[in-house]
Amino acid sequence: MAYFRVEKLVKKFGGLTAVNDVTFDVEKGEIFGLIGPNGSGKTTTFNMISGVYPPTSGRVVFRDREIQGMKSHRICHLGVGRTFQVVKPLGRMTVLDNVIAASFSRVNSMREARSTALRTLEFCGLSPVQEVLAKSLPIAGRKRLEIARAMATRPELLLLDETAAGLNPTELVEAIELIRKIRENGTTVIIIEHIMHVIMTISDRIHAINFGQTIAEGTPKEVAANPAVIEAYLGTDYA
Amino acid sequence: MKKHLYPLILLAFLALLPLAVKSNYFLHLMILFLLWVVIGSSWNILAGYTGQVSFGHAAFFGVGAYTAGLLFQHLQLSPWWGMALGGVVAVLIGLPFGAICFPLRGAYFALASLALGEGIRHITTIAEGFTGGMMGIMIMPTFTSKVPYYYIALGLAILSVASIQAIISSKPGYYFVSIREDQDAAASLGINTTLYKNISLAISAFWTGMAGALYMNYMGFIDPHVVFSLHDYSVMAILVAIVGGVGTIYGPTVGAFIMVAFQELFRTGFFGLFEYLGKATGSPAFTTLSGAIHQAHVLGFGILVIVVILFLPNGVVGDWEKIKRNVFRINPAG
Amino acid sequence: MDVFLQTLVAGILKGGLYALIGIGMTLIMGVMGIINLAHGQLMMLAMYVTFVLNTMGVDPYVSLFVAMPLLFLLGVTIQKFLLNPLIKVETILPENQVLMTVGIGMVLTEIARFAFSSDYKYITTGYANQTFYLGNISFSMALTIAFAIALAFTAAMFWFLLKTDLGRSIRATAQDKDAATLMGVNTGRITVVTFGLGSALVAAAGCLLAPVYYIFPDLGGPFTAKAFIITILGGLGSTVGAIFGGVTLGLAESMGATYFGMEYEDIVGLTIFILVLLFLPGGFKRLTKV
Repeated sequence: MAYFRVEKLVKKFGGLTAVNDVTFDVEKGEIFGLIGPNGSGKTTTFNMISGVYPPTSGRVVFRDREIQGMKSHRICHLGVGRTFQVVKPLGRMTVLDNVIAASFSRVNSMREARSTALRTLEFCGLSPVQEVLAKSLPIAGRKRLEIARAMATRPELLLLDETAAGLNPTELVEAIELIRKIRENGTTVIIIEHIMHVIMTISDRIHAINFGQTIAEGTPKEVAANPAVIEAYLGTDYA
Repeated sequence: MKKHLYPLILLAFLALLPLAVKSNYFLHLMILFLLWVVIGSSWNILAGYTGQVSFGHAAFFGVGAYTAGLLFQHLQLSPWWGMALGGVVAVLIGLPFGAICFPLRGAYFALASLALGEGIRHITTIAEGFTGGMMGIMIMPTFTSKVPYYYIALGLAILSVASIQAIISSKPGYYFVSIREDQDAAASLGINTTLYKNISLAISAFWTGMAGALYMNYMGFIDPHVVFSLHDYSVMAILVAIVGGVGTIYGPTVGAFIMVAFQELFRTGFFGLFEYLGKATGSPAFTTLSGAIHQAHVLGFGILVIVVILFLPNGVVGDWEKIKRNVFRINPAG
Repeated sequence: MDVFLQTLVAGILKGGLYALIGIGMTLIMGVMGIINLAHGQLMMLAMYVTFVLNTMGVDPYVSLFVAMPLLFLLGVTIQKFLLNPLIKVETILPENQVLMTVGIGMVLTEIARFAFSSDYKYITTGYANQTFYLGNISFSMALTIAFAIALAFTAAMFWFLLKTDLGRSIRATAQDKDAATLMGVNTGRITVVTFGLGSALVAAAGCLLAPVYYIFPDLGGPFTAKAFIITILGGLGSTVGAIFGGVTLGLAESMGATYFGMEYEDIVGLTIFILVLLFLPGGFKRLTKV
């Protein structure tokens, strides 16, 4: 059985089928990319995996355990973390407090939560701004905070939803470095990304979807050469 | 360090107060103040910290009061049992309410809580056989002097504020605020938002219920119209917290002081100023005005709500910097 | 059977009036996304205006022409100076807009009490107190006139929303404020106008209700509650729904009064509210989404 598997996932919203029979496996320690044009169903897939809403049909299996339909907080406890495409900082709390709140998912005492948070902030390069209110951070900081928060829940599998959007070239390089560091630290990563440069560089394998359906899967090189993928992305190919 | 000193000084002051001041009127006001510290602080836990605004806290207050009163009336138990159980019964009312109404977002939860307060008021009035209906409940206060009540109220206030402070600076506290800031993000971080909202509600209902029970014991008489009053309890609780500062530990304490003074201001016609002026000038207009002001405390509350929300939405404590700048004209360097 | 028909008629006639109250509130809710807890109080003011004019010999139905513009202006003022500024205010305070309307409602009630005292006031009209008969069913003249006028206003409202530019702008703002702004709609002005309109509509309801009800300062509260029940019964922001909700509440209250007793009128409203909360998916589910 694969480490993580999404099997025949379908999501319908009334008359609209957002995700239509998507299946893929992710190996432990991989960085697995999920690409597709806007509205192709990527974030919807993430939402189903992380428990924001249940799939209409299909299964999500993580470490031999079916997690589809479970509530978000339970899924987090089972070891799946995520960031949100539209960042959700806990605005009126400091960066440190944001991460402390996340740390409490694994520890109970204030002291332990704080030290976990400080270490996580250090790992993600956010220590200099730890006392800043989250809402005062610029977009790059907020995206990084999303990641730091998710990391503080000590995920085995991390879902990154467009963490690179809105970053300038320097910030992009730093983001890529952080994601690599996360994988080296032992976390498996599934990443949704629009910026081709990022996802082609760091992914081990990529799964491409369009209109909620799979159109290709393979190594970055294979997927980039795939005619269906090129057609879907005509005009937005950054490679 | 200095910040921690203020509450301790206040505490010492409050503890020694009855030794210095013998006036019953003044003690009565202080007891009211302490009750509102409890009620305001508990409302604040649910609304200020967890972001669930309740317009129906009178429900918990009244239920606590009635628990104490009814235990006495039907079971001849000392109303002090009510103190112990008033909080518990309030929680028992609150939890089903939370179960049904927490999925409602924002303002709709607020309205549901309003319905709770009003609904329980109606039911208590109609269930005459059990509650005595509009006749209310009357019991003999245990103590003749106000001093024991004062110290009990003080104890309750200290316990509630201290426990709230302990909670806020620990895991549940972080979870409450996370829920307030972004429920979906909170859930993704492993927070069982339903559970913690209910915990917050339980704590809030508990202390308010205790305050209600103390009120029964102290005043000796309650009826549905008084203890379930929308304006005098639910809205007052909101005012205490917002005037003082929502989302701060000591905001409600400051707010309780201001609001009790404010309420007394109206009840006595500006502390008898208008009556005095009436007598001094011989003009009957002042006396009439004094009477009118006595009735106008609700108007005062309404205006206060409007003014505070527009200009000082984070209360005295929350907007202290703003007050320093605009009222005292103190500008921080730079 | 006659009793039933009688109750039905009374309920529907009252329902027309309620629909008018509901449309005002649902419009405000749809466009501004705020719950106006001073809605009933605005109606109460209109009723007092009608009362005052009545003492000067003015027919309550003519008062419509005075009360509606007056309340429109009041609504505009409230939105512009008390509610619009809140959008920019930085605060933790949850639901400060709703709280603000609570404060406004309190102020309006107390001002009315100060001006008119808490005594119940009545309006006397010659013709409106009469009833006429169709078969065995009696129709209250006042309620029938109210129903007819309410119907006219509702139709006018629909025409306005569907056919005029301002109406379309309002609908656009209700659907997506940002998109509307991007298309050149002055949403600040629209919110102000909408609150004014909602106030004018509930003022009309007040004038129509005055001949058949007693007037006192505290009636704002119960009627705000009714307005809210009508609105959620019909689905938030839906003008058609408000009609449905209004008639439903009117019928329910009528049935409750006939078959259970007059005192139970308020309980009916509360019961419906709880039932909607528990069982009505369409109405309720909407409340669980942001």
